[in-house]
Amino acid sequence: MDLSSINPVLLIASLMVSATPIMLAAIGETIVEKAGVLNLGVEGMMITGAVVGFVVGINTGSPMLGFLAAAVASAILSISFGFLTLYLLSNQVATGLGLTLVGLGLSALIGKPYEGMKSTTLDPIEIPILSDIPIVGKMLFAHDPMVYFSIILVGAVWAFLKYSRAGLVLRAVGENHNAAHALGYKVVRIRMLAIMFGGACSGLGGAYISLVRVPQWTEGMTAGAGWIALAIVVFASWKPWRILLGAYLFGGVTVLQLNLQAAGVAIPVEYLSMSPYLITIIVLVFISALGNQGAPASLGRSFHAST
Amino acid sequence: MMLGKPPLEAIRIIFWDPLFDPNFAAYSRPQLLVKAAPLILIAIGLSLGFRAGIWNIGAEGQYIMGAICGAGMGLAFYPTQSVFIFPLMIAAGALGGWLWAMIPAVLRTRFNTNEILVSLMLVYVAESILASVSQGLLKNPEGYGFPGSRNLQQYSSAANTEIFVGTGMHWGVVAAFVSVIFAYVLLTRHIRGFHIRLTGEAPRAAKFAGVVPTRVIVFCLGISGMLAGLAGMFEVSGPAGQITIDFNSGYGFTAIIVAFLGRLHPIGILLAGLLMALTYIGGELAQLMLGLPGASIQLFQGMLLFFLLATDVFTHYRIRFGEGK
Repeated sequence: MDLSSINPVLLIASLMVSATPIMLAAIGETIVEKAGVLNLGVEGMMITGAVVGFVVGINTGSPMLGFLAAAVASAILSISFGFLTLYLLSNQVATGLGLTLVGLGLSALIGKPYEGMKSTTLDPIEIPILSDIPIVGKMLFAHDPMVYFSIILVGAVWAFLKYSRAGLVLRAVGENHNAAHALGYKVVRIRMLAIMFGGACSGLGGAYISLVRVPQWTEGMTAGAGWIALAIVVFASWKPWRILLGAYLFGGVTVLQLNLQAAGVAIPVEYLSMSPYLITIIVLVFISALGNQGAPASLGRSFHAST
Repeated sequence: MMLGKPPLEAIRIIFWDPLFDPNFAAYSRPQLLVKAAPLILIAIGLSLGFRAGIWNIGAEGQYIMGAICGAGMGLAFYPTQSVFIFPLMIAAGALGGWLWAMIPAVLRTRFNTNEILVSLMLVYVAESILASVSQGLLKNPEGYGFPGSRNLQQYSSAANTEIFVGTGMHWGVVAAFVSVIFAYVLLTRHIRGFHIRLTGEAPRAAKFAGVVPTRVIVFCLGISGMLAGLAGMFEVSGPAGQITIDFNSGYGFTAIIVAFLGRLHPIGILLAGLLMALTYIGGELAQLMLGLPGASIQLFQGMLLFFLLATDVFTHYRIRFGEGK
């Protein structure tokens, strides 16, 4: 066992990379849940984003186009969820599970011919001046654009929910859809937009896994990242900045256990690889033991404007 | 199927040929029961929870743990021969699945932790344990270093053999039928079944009627874990034969579709399980005959659930065209 082989600078840098997909999906889901919709299909949308992003990335040679296509594809997929839950008033939990199963099947089908290929990935951008700072520069300011984008997105969502009028309306719809409807807000339309935003974010997160983090396509490659994103939303008590914290915490555990595996620690590999999931459970238990942490009041309830 | 394959022929191959084509039926018909049994067992358990609004989606993990415990119990006696070994394995399998489901149940009742997320996370933990035991604890000492346990089919006291040769009717199929009857009686004739239905349909009324939510949660998760564990145990001692790294094949997730397809009703689940088993077998056949990718069946199963949920609106609401009064 040689713990000194673990380089803290590299550790934190790779932590940010491994946290990015979960963070993107979780911040999207935050908006969805803030609007009062529980979309359990994050995993399905992520894996669809992963495969679409990868296929487009390979065929066009541009990972940026891949990301764009992934966001669009997952948003389109999420419309089907929105249509079922908002217009056909189906059960949100069941429909979300269905979305995940559809996404897993769809992605396996699309991705079959692309297995084993390697795509071009994003080049890191070294932010001038900042990246020249010793140690910290290489650690924080020499990443690919999506890492910065995800952090900016968290900030944007925070500002949107806290300071904008549209954010206030969104939260009203999530807290009490009947009151929001009575005030004349279009509950269904707002929720549909939120669901599409969540879908697009999940797609970006998925594409980040297949285009940057791995970068390859294998069936079922998201390996529960979508579910962890859902857990992080709960962990974060629906607050954007805590999403950042939760995602980096989880990314840290993942990277650390990978590094421990590589360093040949005496703990068997299987126990290390289950640790991120165990830690997610433990954290969830702690958060839920503290009581209700501000879940939107209308979360998971169907809305029907009866006359 | 927009995959450049003749659609009608594909439908015929998937739904008709496995049952009636003279070339395939002899092999396919027994397979139908073999594939349907675990799906029905798991789906029956899940449907109880789903009816009460308790979402156990980690049946896959309970299935794995049931298989590990059942196989472990059997292998512990190797090579003793006794008629008691198989019943002990059944008990161990049920207990393994039950214990694995008790984790989300206790966390939910004690700390109000979301059982959906916990039960799902435990699937990944169970998969890791499966990988660990098939390379360590339960590894076949005579397996030339390959991962995987001894083959239980070659250990007659622990083998889940066909009761009638050539029909695919093994003990798991019997258990599946028993579970259907059990669930039917429970839901229509027993007070506990009434409580489950009440909790799902009118939680407030349930509270006034003196239903203790904790008990319903523990009961539903416990039963579904137990049945999933049994399914895993029958699978490992029968059709699969041994514990391997990739022993689980997604039955736990497909069973969710089966439960909904059967409208959460025991008889419906029985039929839905058979239908879903047919899509598995027909899918394999279509893969062979038409080169249809295996994943297309997975997609088809998912879409089935989706369309089912979409049409639910017609059963719950009446659509009125034009201006209603």
